[in-house]
Amino acid sequence: MHLSDTQIFFLLTILKIVVVLVITLTSVAYTVLLERKLIGLMQNRWGPSRTGPFGLLQPLADGIKLFLKEDLMPLAVERPLFVLAPMIALACALVSIAVVPFGSLTVYHGVDLFEISDVNIGLLVILGITSIGVYGIALSGWASNNKYSLLGSLRASAQIVSYELALGLSLVGVVLRAQSLRLRDIVNSQAAHGALSWNILGGPAREHTAHGTVWVIAGGFQLLGFFIYLMAAYAETNRAPFDLPEAESELVAGYHTEYSSMKFAMFFMAEYANMITVACVATLMFFGGASSPFGHLFPYVGGHTAQIIEMALLPIFWFVLKIFAFIFLYIWVRSTLPRFRYDQLMSFGWKFLLPMAMLNILITSLVLAFHG
Amino acid sequence: MQLALFLIFGILCVAGALNLLFQRHPINSALSLVVVMMSLAVIYWTLGAEFLAAAQVIVYSGAIMVLFTFVIMLLNAGEEVRTRGSKAAYFAGIPGVLGVFTLLTYIFLREKSALGYANLGGGLNNGVSNIAEISRVLFTDLLLPFEVTSVLILVAILGAVVLARKEN
Repeated sequence: MHLSDTQIFFLLTILKIVVVLVITLTSVAYTVLLERKLIGLMQNRWGPSRTGPFGLLQPLADGIKLFLKEDLMPLAVERPLFVLAPMIALACALVSIAVVPFGSLTVYHGVDLFEISDVNIGLLVILGITSIGVYGIALSGWASNNKYSLLGSLRASAQIVSYELALGLSLVGVVLRAQSLRLRDIVNSQAAHGALSWNILGGPAREHTAHGTVWVIAGGFQLLGFFIYLMAAYAETNRAPFDLPEAESELVAGYHTEYSSMKFAMFFMAEYANMITVACVATLMFFGGASSPFGHLFPYVGGHTAQIIEMALLPIFWFVLKIFAFIFLYIWVRSTLPRFRYDQLMSFGWKFLLPMAMLNILITSLVLAFHG
Repeated sequence: MQLALFLIFGILCVAGALNLLFQRHPINSALSLVVVMMSLAVIYWTLGAEFLAAAQVIVYSGAIMVLFTFVIMLLNAGEEVRTRGSKAAYFAGIPGVLGVFTLLTYIFLREKSALGYANLGGGLNNGVSNIAEISRVLFTDLLLPFEVTSVLILVAILGAVVLARKEN
């Protein structure tokens, strides 16, 4: 059967969307298990261990339970918005994966296999979609007609709008270095010398030019930007130590107090999908995306076919490893740090993170203007 | 394809705008405004202005409208009572709007070559980005208007601080 290029494009795009969605949702389920296991181990207990070997079937059991629970809807809720809110939250959390390049550029019949959509403003698309995601939380609290929900969602909206500024500004240094908002360009700008040229690091690296081997300064020196991004992103995803919107000791469960069954599960999945998105963006912006930390130090082994397979699959392995490291850090922070107080949260965001992000932009642009 | 995108999001935009007017609850109106802004962003993108589209989504739908809904939720604004509307709106407003609309359409169609125009969907096919060009123009030719606008916003912020400050 012969297919035209348009047909190949459509089929491959649909295939990519399905595969990426399935993988994302599975990793969301297993991130929950990982979190329960790791927090258990950090608190000197076992975590889930009865369902399947090592508790590996626990996400399945959780999923079935949430699916079969009765879907309660209180009488006084604002019905359309109450139903719409979890959908907005989950949709926004999942859509931003579409512009993430999760492997090296591999083109088949004009279709990039390892990125659903290569957009020239990929970074802005991710920022835009995450800023829309706040509507899910804001509306759920308001539509629930419950004072705890409303307080939770008011906190969430104020927190997300405040920290979004620091988050956006912390990434400007990286964009200045790459001179592009396309995520592939940003990854490529960090690919020359392995871990030395990642944006978080910097250091001397040998480069072969026409005049022989010279020493150059590689890397973006964005350590400050990275930490600002990390803290702002934890606040954006409502995770500990910034989980005030669902502070159970004050607000019952915050914005999802009135939700049950699959609607609750959608909020839950949205939170973990957002964690994965944050990990993806941190990896792409500061840790060289899918590139190997060793650069071109080790040659590919095996015959021609084996090399092609290695070139396609090894970057995905590095990408997944980096994502896993960030998720581990998320869980580690959650089980270690206590929650902020609300006024501390606001003054930290506005009086510390924002000025530091501006300082980072100033220094980076000065250095690039005089040196680059 | 481009025409389909334009039709879908154009209709969505107009429907959102009408819904904004006809809804009686402020929060529904605010959400309709979000729909209008998002559809406009898609239309900007199909015209090749991808930076404008992203700025529209991040600034207007993501920040300003969130503050709108925030205030509506905080004040717990209820449903509004529908009134008959003022006579001035019927006798001056609607004809005035029609007049301005006709005038603008006439000018745009007449001066099409002088104003310059983008083809529908023209920006979707080329991978080049116009952000470098936008920043060059913004920080060289249009530097004065740009800085004056930021001073204006600063004055507005100071005004808000003065108004919100407690007397003691």
